[in-house]
Amino acid sequence: MTATAVEAPEAQPAAAVEKPLSWKMPLLLGSVGILSFIFFGLMTPGGGATTTFVLSRSGDLFTIPAFDVPSQPVAIALTLAATALAALSAWGVRNRRQFGVWLPSTVGLLVVLAVLVWAGAGKTATSIQITGLLIGTVVLAVPLVFGSLAGMLCERSGIINIAIEGQLLAGAFLAALVGGAVASATGSDAVGAYAGLIAAPLAGALVGAALTLFAVKYWVNQIVVGVVLNVLVVGLTNFFFGTLMKNNPELNRAIGLPDLPIPLLSKIPVLGPVLFDQNILVYSMYVIVAVLNVMLFRSRWGLRMRAVGEHPKAADTVGIKVNRTRVRNTILGGAVAGFGGAFFTVASGLAFNKEMTGGKGYIALAAMILGRWSPKGALAAALLFGFADSLREQFGIIGTAIPSQFLAMLPYLATIFAVAGLVGHVRPPAAEGIPYKK
Amino acid sequence: MRLELKGITKRFGTFTANDSIDLLVESGSVHALLGENGAGKSTLMNVLFGLYDADEGEILLDGEPANFVGPGDAMAAGIGMVHQHFMLVHPFTVAENVMLGHEDVRGPAKLLDLEAARAKVKEISDRFNFDVDPDAVIEDLPVGAQQRVEIIKALSRDAQVLILDEPTAVLTPQETDELLGIVKDLRDAGTAVVLITHKLREVKAVADTITVIRRGKVVGTAEPTASQEELASLMVGRDVSMTVDKEDATPGDVVLEVRDLAVVDEAGIARLNSVSFDVHRGEILAIAGVQGNGQTELTEALLGLEKATAGRAVLDGEIITGRSIKDVLMAGLGFVPEDRTEHGIVADMTIANNLILDLHDQPPYAKGVALQPGVIADEARKHVEAFDVRTTGIGQTAGSLSGGNQQKVVLARELSRPLKLLIASNPTRGLDVGSIEFVHKRIIAERDSGAGVIIVSSELDEVVALADRIAVMYHGDIVGIVPPDTDRDTLGLMMAGAHEEEAA
Repeated sequence: MTATAVEAPEAQPAAAVEKPLSWKMPLLLGSVGILSFIFFGLMTPGGGATTTFVLSRSGDLFTIPAFDVPSQPVAIALTLAATALAALSAWGVRNRRQFGVWLPSTVGLLVVLAVLVWAGAGKTATSIQITGLLIGTVVLAVPLVFGSLAGMLCERSGIINIAIEGQLLAGAFLAALVGGAVASATGSDAVGAYAGLIAAPLAGALVGAALTLFAVKYWVNQIVVGVVLNVLVVGLTNFFFGTLMKNNPELNRAIGLPDLPIPLLSKIPVLGPVLFDQNILVYSMYVIVAVLNVMLFRSRWGLRMRAVGEHPKAADTVGIKVNRTRVRNTILGGAVAGFGGAFFTVASGLAFNKEMTGGKGYIALAAMILGRWSPKGALAAALLFGFADSLREQFGIIGTAIPSQFLAMLPYLATIFAVAGLVGHVRPPAAEGIPYKK
Repeated sequence: MRLELKGITKRFGTFTANDSIDLLVESGSVHALLGENGAGKSTLMNVLFGLYDADEGEILLDGEPANFVGPGDAMAAGIGMVHQHFMLVHPFTVAENVMLGHEDVRGPAKLLDLEAARAKVKEISDRFNFDVDPDAVIEDLPVGAQQRVEIIKALSRDAQVLILDEPTAVLTPQETDELLGIVKDLRDAGTAVVLITHKLREVKAVADTITVIRRGKVVGTAEPTASQEELASLMVGRDVSMTVDKEDATPGDVVLEVRDLAVVDEAGIARLNSVSFDVHRGEILAIAGVQGNGQTELTEALLGLEKATAGRAVLDGEIITGRSIKDVLMAGLGFVPEDRTEHGIVADMTIANNLILDLHDQPPYAKGVALQPGVIADEARKHVEAFDVRTTGIGQTAGSLSGGNQQKVVLARELSRPLKLLIASNPTRGLDVGSIEFVHKRIIAERDSGAGVIIVSSELDEVVALADRIAVMYHGDIVGIVPPDTDRDTLGLMMAGAHEEEAA
């Protein structure tokens, strides 16, 4: 043993200790880039095959002409660019340079464009309808936006809401039921649809009230209560679907909210049909997201709700009623989800069907996490998932070599990748899921 | 304002936490409430603050009976409280925390008037030289600053009576001095301050009146001129020695060699920044520092509970970094964790089983796959006897013991193996004076039997009393290793990051 080992050093120069390099992101992006280069770049038919993109619709103020791109060169260029960005990300890790979320997002966009070029290559009869793709994105995002806003309202005040699925389903059911009843009573489908839309939040609020009763009053594990409520709503709606609605077909008809195109704005190419030619539910979504985003961060209500979700005891010591805040916001959250549930029936012009929400409530939960518990973020995340869903529909129309079952997985795959890869380290409200006991 | 408590009694089940306590607090004075942990000080203040309902007795404000249903009522009546565990929402800014619960709003949309809140924070901060930025986020602030935010919170509600519950537990000595200065300023400004503490030094420094509480009862009042020994014996109920008796250390050869040990957390922040030091046989190396400066990471990295990112630790010639915890324990390391309820005991298991958690699969406690209950019980009885664990029997669950007795169980378990090195983190936190004496004696006995000892403590008194050498940690670095007779001011400056030569 040397002398230095016996004599303990007094104080050391602060050698910089650094985190081990994490190659997760470049590896993921690299494999996505290279695989898409092989499958969608190289395997896109060459020999002058083109892909047609259509932007405008008839009735727009002015027309953007459809354009053709040479399929193979463009697909190869796009996927190579994606691979190059993956290499940039690897360089960043090596040199400890941070890139923002724009890098994986751009890679995703490039790959999606390449897939579109590949799908439409050499098809003369069909073209890629960009506007249709985007309309689908917004429409399919609607239940996700409402669902994740509902989850956010509950979790920001400290209650975990797994029951979003049930709240959506209950909303869809009651909207159809009330809509059908009022429509047959008044003889007007539109009146019935609006009545259904008004009734939908009540159903969601009721599920929210049940959740908050067990969570706040009886301190039951909130995840368990949420799951049980989902099962309960499925059972109840299936029962009424098979009895009440079956025996009285007029109570469950396909009635729809009328489209309300906003004059002039709806005529703008691409943007118009996507944003301004929708029904009242979609317009309310814009308003609710904007209002909640301001209220959550800049109002007394929002400040207190966030305090209760983060540190309930601190809130209590400044005179805020913790459990009352939680009960109110959980019921409000339920109502928001119920309102969004109307999307499945009256807002889509469909009759109610068994378990028709199909897991959208769970994707909404993922959107809430991806959106970091903020309304703005929830909207963005929901649009991402809506886009994946819409892409699946477009592929169905174009017809691709990929089996439809795999295409059906697309939104869920996007969810997993987004939550696992993009989210990184997010911090939920500190007190969520913990009952406040005095 | 004149605040009077009359005959306050508060029971939890059969346990009487407060037994008809009388207390009188007047404007412009500092009233110290002195008592050991668990004497009922905090319960009393929570009654006063409206968090608990008293079973008997009344609260008089300027002679008028007051009935507080919740903290909101107490605050409206001009009572503010700074809790031992701060009541601050971490992701919020200072201004948001201060306004929370009595927010000003403006404009037609009734949005929060953050401007007004900022101005208020600034005004109070300037008045008492707090140096607090209204827009700073709480989790980025050091604890001392967080505490000042709590005081601003109370003052922004025009508190006439300010209750400070164990305010110095988390502060460096310098921050403590600053706080005591603030307390004096507040008193001079006419506020009545109630200081709850068990630290005699602070009481003597600022109190105008002292009330001593023991086992839920007022056992007497004292003048600030009383000696520390007098106050201590009043607080404990018997004569206590304020110093730890120990012989000078006779350090042997190096038993633990730590070289460039580093821990980097998930977020890439270095929690332990390449520290190197040695521990010799038969000496106590005390690690001083404010909580959260890498002490936890250091001890957990030595045990293997936390993965060391770089560097190595060698225990008596054997490398222990990168080994399993079980290997490390068997290599002769004893570990008394800082949070005994979380990491020290299994609360729902019996004392007997808690005593063999580390050796349960070794003979004589196990034969093949079967435990040997007879042997386990016999050994448990011996340990309970030797460590003076006050219990109804070895079948009692460990969680139902008092803190001091739980700690004795942990010590009994860890010291029952032949140790080369004992690591004890805050071994006396939350213990009464009697248990503290016992734990200290045992630790010194372990040193004298030839083991190396590392004590981590955020209580400077404990560090000074036990240490043969003191290592001071700050921001993941060891800023210096100094002899035990280093004066408190130097240690305090080192705890705030100054190197030894700058601090001295």
